[in-house]
Amino acid sequence: MREKPILRVATKLLVPFILLFALYVQFHGDFGPGGGFQAGVIFASGFILYALVFGLDFARDALPAAVRRVGMSCGVLIYAGVGVAGMLTGGRYLDYSVLAADRLAGQHIGIFLVELGVGLCVFTALTTIFFVFAGRNRDLGPGD
Amino acid sequence: MIELIDVALLCMMAVSALAVLWLRNLFAVAMLAGSYSLMAATLYVVLDAVDVAFTEAAVGAGISTVLMLGALTLVPHEEKPSGRHALSGLVVTVGLGALLIYATLDMPSFGDAGAPVHRHVANRYIEDSAAEVGLPNVVTSVLASYRGYDTLGETTVIFTAAIGVLAVLGWGGRPGRRRPPADGETRP
Repeated sequence: MREKPILRVATKLLVPFILLFALYVQFHGDFGPGGGFQAGVIFASGFILYALVFGLDFARDALPAAVRRVGMSCGVLIYAGVGVAGMLTGGRYLDYSVLAADRLAGQHIGIFLVELGVGLCVFTALTTIFFVFAGRNRDLGPGD
Repeated sequence: MIELIDVALLCMMAVSALAVLWLRNLFAVAMLAGSYSLMAATLYVVLDAVDVAFTEAAVGAGISTVLMLGALTLVPHEEKPSGRHALSGLVVTVGLGALLIYATLDMPSFGDAGAPVHRHVANRYIEDSAAEVGLPNVVTSVLASYRGYDTLGETTVIFTAAIGVLAVLGWGGRPGRRRPPADGETRP
């Protein structure tokens, strides 16, 4: 698809807005529909669109394998780490109320971090799965 | 009016599901499966479950369709006719379907306020989550705080899925296989 100018221009215009919308879904999930999972999927779809139009090589340059693997692990670790932080500050595992002096503020911080972990893990895991599958296809580029 | 939308959406979903069964063109099947998910997402919006609809539209209609298309680039585009119709398969499917329909007769009717699902913890979430968690979106409160363990498990499942794909289809860049950009191609 590398020589189709309409697709290339439209993708370049769309990708920033897709990523911005994903960030909105991520950080507005406390107040409206959405959350870490949906945000991660939308963020991943931005990169998948980019990879489909410009090829896997460019997409891998933008999002190297090392970044994806570290991000995947960090997502789960952030989530589990918030639970451990709750234990260290005197609560039970995944009890966010003790993370701050105020109960509700603690809940807010905990949910924010947990959703961040979910979003990061989902985004990097889905892009990894797509890149690996698409890498099997000779037209898009070599394997991951 | 809402009933009309429901019936129209369900009819369209049934038609696409049947078309998926009948069609031999796998590209059309992948596209129909995607549109089936999109209609399911619309149905969830009608049911006021916007968070679920969001996920269904993003995962079911978006990512799964792309993954199916990715798989389609590796296989022929036409399904081979099997040439025979297994009668035992039909019997098992019809029997299982009848059993499931029989089981739904025991379920409380749709929207019944006395149903167990509305009497268990749902009231506590709706009434107390503003004081206990303080988020306007109760769904986020339930998913991230009340049901934090479940969501941690789901995140681990996604992580495990990616690790599994990497383990089966190969880790790390194989040096030398990387193709240089074609001549004259500008980097975006």
